[in-house]
Amino acid sequence: MSSYPADLRYTKSHEWLRTLPDGTIEIGITDHAQQALGDLVFVEVPEAGRRLAAGDACAVVESVKAASDVYSPIAGEVTSGNPKLATEPELINRDPYGEGWIMRLKPAGGAASETLDAKAYEAVAAAGG
Amino acid sequence: MGRRTPLYDLHVAAGARMVDFGGWDMPVAYGSQIEEHHAVRRDAGVFDVSHMCAVDLRGAGVRPLLLRLLANDVGRLKAPGKALYTCMLRPEGGVIDDLIATFVDERWFRLVVNAGTADKDIAWIKEHAKPVGVATVPRRDLAIIAVQGPNARAKTTPLLPKSWRAAAGALGPFFGAACDEWFVSRTGYTGEDGFEVALPSESAADFWQALVAAGVAPCGLGARDTLRLEAGMNLYGNDMDESVTPLESGLAWTVALDGNRDFVGKGALAAQRDAGIARTLTGLVLLERGVLRSHQKVFAGAAGEGELTSGTFSPTLERSIGLARLPAAAAGAVEVDIRGKRVAARVVKPPFVRHGKAMIEI
Repeated sequence: MSSYPADLRYTKSHEWLRTLPDGTIEIGITDHAQQALGDLVFVEVPEAGRRLAAGDACAVVESVKAASDVYSPIAGEVTSGNPKLATEPELINRDPYGEGWIMRLKPAGGAASETLDAKAYEAVAAAGG
Repeated sequence: MGRRTPLYDLHVAAGARMVDFGGWDMPVAYGSQIEEHHAVRRDAGVFDVSHMCAVDLRGAGVRPLLLRLLANDVGRLKAPGKALYTCMLRPEGGVIDDLIATFVDERWFRLVVNAGTADKDIAWIKEHAKPVGVATVPRRDLAIIAVQGPNARAKTTPLLPKSWRAAAGALGPFFGAACDEWFVSRTGYTGEDGFEVALPSESAADFWQALVAAGVAPCGLGARDTLRLEAGMNLYGNDMDESVTPLESGLAWTVALDGNRDFVGKGALAAQRDAGIARTLTGLVLLERGVLRSHQKVFAGAAGEGELTSGTFSPTLERSIGLARLPAAAAGAVEVDIRGKRVAARVVKPPFVRHGKAMIEI
């Protein structure tokens, strides 16, 4: 069974968002997404300093099976891509909401993509979205 | 909803992720696809390949029929039980399907064909078999279970019907034996030793569960794909189809062009060989991080451009490998377009891995 922590926000394209104490937003892909992709073997994370608009493709996650884009749910400036994923892409399989985070972003404000709470996202995932 | 094998319920109960493959609902993985892959390289794994179709050809004229219908030479099959890998061709030389043919006796050969092509294969075979009095009998009443890996035969043999264990244990590579309604072959699609067992559908679940209880890992089509690609084996529909010939598909070794035997497609292949073969299928290994995928473009310098036909991450080599159709002169360093970036790769001769060992220098 997939899990969806209640303290996170989610997108219909299977990203999660966590607000860190300093206001930075941490972003990754959900448990449902990593299960659907299977074993991850390559992750390309954005470089610090890159400016993203909401909805921009910001990272690529590749499993044995397929490559998949990750979209930034909000506008902002990347403060850090997860450096560990270069050598340990499987962290996303093992700990999608913790050590498998993909990037951190300083939000620029303005319009964000629609986000969902855990319950609403679970319904999306269960419907095979 | 696709077609289901007799083992469908067991796959779902085991938590497999199911996907469509050639019109069939098949397990892609039960858990970690990479762990399933390693189980086959290091120990033993079991695959449900019941979507493939066994086709029995029966009648006194079966050998002459296959001498004409198959590009490889069944005249070489002298010992009963001996099998060979071959393509079946259009008159223009395109590949209708690749298959394994086993010589059981002079009135009975068994073919095993791919799932997605089975219907057209059977129609094509019938068209040629009927006029010469050979019966074409598709065996959808059979399940097919592949057990592969260095320990596969040792773990499988005790689970076969008692009276057939000795015969199965004595099978040489690429030999098969009919054991009543069971048919055990020492063949596979992984680059490891093992068996492929065709058996009555109603016996399939018990046999599968006995294998799992004996410590054989259930493996899905995901691992089957990474294993076959490491072994340098083509996948029909990806690496070849009716638009290319075996000579353009790394399969010249399966075509017996010399000698007097006439077979469907021979004239086209001989003409292509004489004119010079412009494109060949070869192996690629990616030198940087990333994953090769089918349809990515390959730049081979002055030799020209080509395209990946299969690509994946190799769990054994821990880097990406693929098969590509390239200009015949392509060699050494090439570049692959991965999402708009050119990434360095090298042309290598498959197989990449055989019997658990790396066959290429990295």
